[in-house]
Amino acid sequence: MVKFILKRLLQAIPVLVTVTIITFLLIHAAPGGPFDEEKAVPPEVLKHLNERYKLDQPIHVQFYDYLKNALQGDLGPSFKYPGRSVNEIIAAGFPVTFELGCYALLFALLIGVGSGIIASLQPNTCQDYVPMAFATMGICLPSYVLGPLLVLLFGIWLEWLPVAGWELTPGDKLLPSITLGSVYAAYIARLSRGGMIETLSRDFIRTARAKGMPESIIIFRHALRVGLLPVVSFLGPALAGLLTGSFVVETIFQIPGLGRYFVQGAFNRDYTLILGVTLLLASLIVLFNLIADVMIAWLDPKVRHETING
Amino acid sequence: MDKRVLTIGLIAVLFTTTSCGIDYETNVADGTRRQVLHVGNGDEPRELDPHIVTGNIEFKLCMALLEGLLSRHPEDLRLMPGVAESWREGDGGKTYLFRLREDAKWSNGDPVVAQDFVFSWQRALLPALGNNYAYMLYYLENAEKFHKGEIKDFAKVGVKALDERTLEVRLENPAPFFLQLLAHQSYYPVHRETIEKFGAADERGTKWTRPGNHVGNGPFKLKEWALNRRIVVEKNDHYWDADAVKLNQVVFYPIQNATTEERMFRAGQLHITNNLPVDKTEYYRKERPEALKIFPYFSTYYYIFNTLSPPLDDIRVRQALTMSIDRKQITEKITKAGQLPAFNFTPPDTNGYTAKARVTYDAERARTLLAEAGYPGGENFPVIELMYNTSEEHRRIAIAIQQMWKINLNVNVTLLNQDWKVYLDKRDSKDYQVARAGWIGDYLDPITFLDLFVSTGGNNDTGWSDKRYDELIAKAATIVEQEKRYALLQEAEAILMTELPVMPIYTYVSKSLVSPDVRGWRPNILDQHPYKYISLTPSQ
Amino acid sequence: MKQSMADVKGAISASPRQDAWRRLKKNKPAMFGLAVLSVFILLALAAPWITPYSYSGQNLELGASPPSTGHWLGSDLFGRDMLTRILYGSRVSLAVGFIATAVALVIGVAWGATAGYLGGRIDNLMMRFVDILYALPFTVFIILLMVVFGRNIFLLFLVIGAVEWLTMARIVRGQVLHIKQQDFIEAAVSFGLSRFHIIVKHVIPNIIGPVIVYATLTVPNVILLESFLSFLGLGIQPPQSSWGLLIAYGVETMEEYPWLLIFPASVLSLTLFSLNFLGDGLRDAFDVRDGGVREG
Repeated sequence: MVKFILKRLLQAIPVLVTVTIITFLLIHAAPGGPFDEEKAVPPEVLKHLNERYKLDQPIHVQFYDYLKNALQGDLGPSFKYPGRSVNEIIAAGFPVTFELGCYALLFALLIGVGSGIIASLQPNTCQDYVPMAFATMGICLPSYVLGPLLVLLFGIWLEWLPVAGWELTPGDKLLPSITLGSVYAAYIARLSRGGMIETLSRDFIRTARAKGMPESIIIFRHALRVGLLPVVSFLGPALAGLLTGSFVVETIFQIPGLGRYFVQGAFNRDYTLILGVTLLLASLIVLFNLIADVMIAWLDPKVRHETING
Repeated sequence: MDKRVLTIGLIAVLFTTTSCGIDYETNVADGTRRQVLHVGNGDEPRELDPHIVTGNIEFKLCMALLEGLLSRHPEDLRLMPGVAESWREGDGGKTYLFRLREDAKWSNGDPVVAQDFVFSWQRALLPALGNNYAYMLYYLENAEKFHKGEIKDFAKVGVKALDERTLEVRLENPAPFFLQLLAHQSYYPVHRETIEKFGAADERGTKWTRPGNHVGNGPFKLKEWALNRRIVVEKNDHYWDADAVKLNQVVFYPIQNATTEERMFRAGQLHITNNLPVDKTEYYRKERPEALKIFPYFSTYYYIFNTLSPPLDDIRVRQALTMSIDRKQITEKITKAGQLPAFNFTPPDTNGYTAKARVTYDAERARTLLAEAGYPGGENFPVIELMYNTSEEHRRIAIAIQQMWKINLNVNVTLLNQDWKVYLDKRDSKDYQVARAGWIGDYLDPITFLDLFVSTGGNNDTGWSDKRYDELIAKAATIVEQEKRYALLQEAEAILMTELPVMPIYTYVSKSLVSPDVRGWRPNILDQHPYKYISLTPSQ
Repeated sequence: MKQSMADVKGAISASPRQDAWRRLKKNKPAMFGLAVLSVFILLALAAPWITPYSYSGQNLELGASPPSTGHWLGSDLFGRDMLTRILYGSRVSLAVGFIATAVALVIGVAWGATAGYLGGRIDNLMMRFVDILYALPFTVFIILLMVVFGRNIFLLFLVIGAVEWLTMARIVRGQVLHIKQQDFIEAAVSFGLSRFHIIVKHVIPNIIGPVIVYATLTVPNVILLESFLSFLGLGIQPPQSSWGLLIAYGVETMEEYPWLLIFPASVLSLTLFSLNFLGDGLRDAFDVRDGGVREG
């Protein structure tokens, strides 16, 4: 097991380097530079700015420099915010995004797995339709619809909760967590319901039932292990996405997280910033996909052997 | 995992979290009580360094933290003494002598002296700093040459400290609007010792603007700067006019989304917003007119034509397109906030200047012109592409104009929205046919609009050039007498409105929501509201 | 188990398709879903004959008006008929939804099944490739595509498909790892069937459950993603409409003109639920494992 994990961590290196190279090329190929403004920048100013940020050098030199610094943990200065380093921006945003992501995940798992299991016990009855309809709202109502709806309902009409902000007023973390989690709840609900229905019809469950095992033990100890496999596969990348934030939710609720930089960094051509957040995302994806794979192996003893020695 | 348990649990969580939130005092009530103003400020400022930043968002902060030689009256924007208590013009408008007030102090207690301004303006012109607004200082003698590295000795530039309290300024040419510039951030002073403590004078992005490090001379000083959360400034006791400052603190929130901002205002989290969503004007007009502040803004919304490529190289085509849009309908039905239909390029009544030249809405005449250009009834007219940068308001206007051109001229237009940088890149390289544009004047003078379209203008992306126009603008720069100068500018604008490399659409308005608790906030054409004059009084 | 063995031998029962169809017909929610989707598709095709309005014709004087006899679903900010815009929008949205999902489905299933079944180094290589694609900055990617290829509706299908297959591949791989340990696959191997044959005939049919579930979720997701791409300029341009765009614009004015949000959002929700019902029904109907027939 340890060997397997170590091996996968080693593989992370080429993955991260490849991501960096491709991203680097992509953003440099995009038209417009970080210093273009509505009012044309005088050529002499532009020249100095390019020198200052070494953009006047050949691209392979720039890349080499970037990689060298990145390996030492220095992601460079932001182009859009001259007084901030990318490290500083990530350090300020990541804890917020992480916290929000955790709440959202909690909400998603609670609603998703909960309604998935309930629905799978009596498929195609009311006990199936009602919780599933509730759980899948998150897909019909994407976050840019659900967020404002929740704000209007709880913030403006009922005046129970703050309409926006993060750590500004008590209770301001609730609505964004629900908004962000609802889409994931919908996926998890559907995937766990499907997985559970299939698993519950498997031979080993029938055998267990035939043996007279209590239903709760069958569900929670045996069926859930296999039934949640698709959820776990889904969760790997989903978690990485959750923990790197959501542009939409952060904008609606005025949250100082990281998600905005994936979109704004690209729009602003803030080369170092977009590279920095992409590297972070890539690392998280590698990490969570590894965790997901380990979990798949753990949940399904038959796979364990294969994955780990494979 | 019973469903009922789940539901009950959820409701419990909801209530425990909300119950503590039900009775909290709103930001506004709390702020009004403690003289703390909560302001929506559009976006995270890029920097707080007046010689690096260019945007309005940053200007609002700089205005609180720093003060120039002159300042503006909050209502009619007339120039008022700032750090300078008096000034004298000489040599036919080519030199100025400023007398600095004795009690002007930095927030650390140091006196503000004439040498501070010499250092600051030199810094603003240092090439390596990369100051986008360095050109604002080009009116100073030899400033342009210094900035471009043609001369190295700053002593040759037209600013000199005669003593600690006397500053002498020499201009390249007489510029009647020069004093206006002194209230602009690019002429603001910075504290030399602080700058040099954190790096070289021309080093970008040093830590001098961080709380604890920042030293300013404005009515407020920097207290907190939490990235993407808020910036807090508090009253600066060393400010010379500190007695006049009523507010204890101003809290700036970087809220980008106008809808979010409006909801925060409605929920009592903000005193003042930076913006207002298009579709909310009606609601506020009806329900809360006292909070709605709409005022003409020193900015024009227009389309530019690429005059180098057919069919838009034909002046008749440009005239036809310009004449066939109903500006009144656009401002009444689309933008809806009282924007003024623009029939010429400069905003009305700019420091006493209102353009006489006007384009008209005349679909009949437009069809004739188009026919004369060889496209009777829009026949054979190629499909043209209208480019705008991604934004809801631009989209709506483009859709309306697309339809107007179709109906009035039978001209087919495709819309192309592009992200900001691609849009700028395409404009700059003239890889477009028609593009949306906007311009905010830098200072209160029509020249800040009209010099856009000189042949060598860095912002003239139309490819249009006219010798007579260039001459008129150049000539106007040498004349001090306002009436004569304006006559030349009228002539220039008449050329512009005949040749039409630009199609004016409307004059912007500034839109804000302001809580009735806020006193001393007065709408004006520059949308500048010095916090020095603002106070808070409960309105009920 | 019996049937799985029969399957392995290639002796497929008399008419599994007819069987499946019979089972599907008995499933009321699934038939409801099928009916709704068919009606939507028909309406989309017949749009010009249903509504007297054009999707681009403006009436600025009218502006946004609530549902009335003239405009059943109201009119938008430009006075354009909402019913017409939803109908025409459904052409774009349904096409994008189904085609892009199909692209994602094909790539994702093939990729995931191959990786999972072959295992070892190839699996590793293939899945790390997926990791890399996950991490690339999507927005930059789209901006570039726009610049290189210009606006193109086919590009839209491709981009969406190219993004959406990643998770599909991961899910499929996870399932395949599980399936391939089952006895019937081992039996197939012992019969000396080729790997390709085993993957296509035996592995994929057995993972169809999660695949269908995920695919039904992908369709609405893709329909919404289209609006984001259109925002960036890659998708359709005004005056054309799509459900995603109508919803996105509807949100902006949800307090003033709620009908601009409610109708397109309802249509999308109805589509999603129909798809889910149909998806579940299909899965049950085609489920051949463990004897296949399952009540409920």
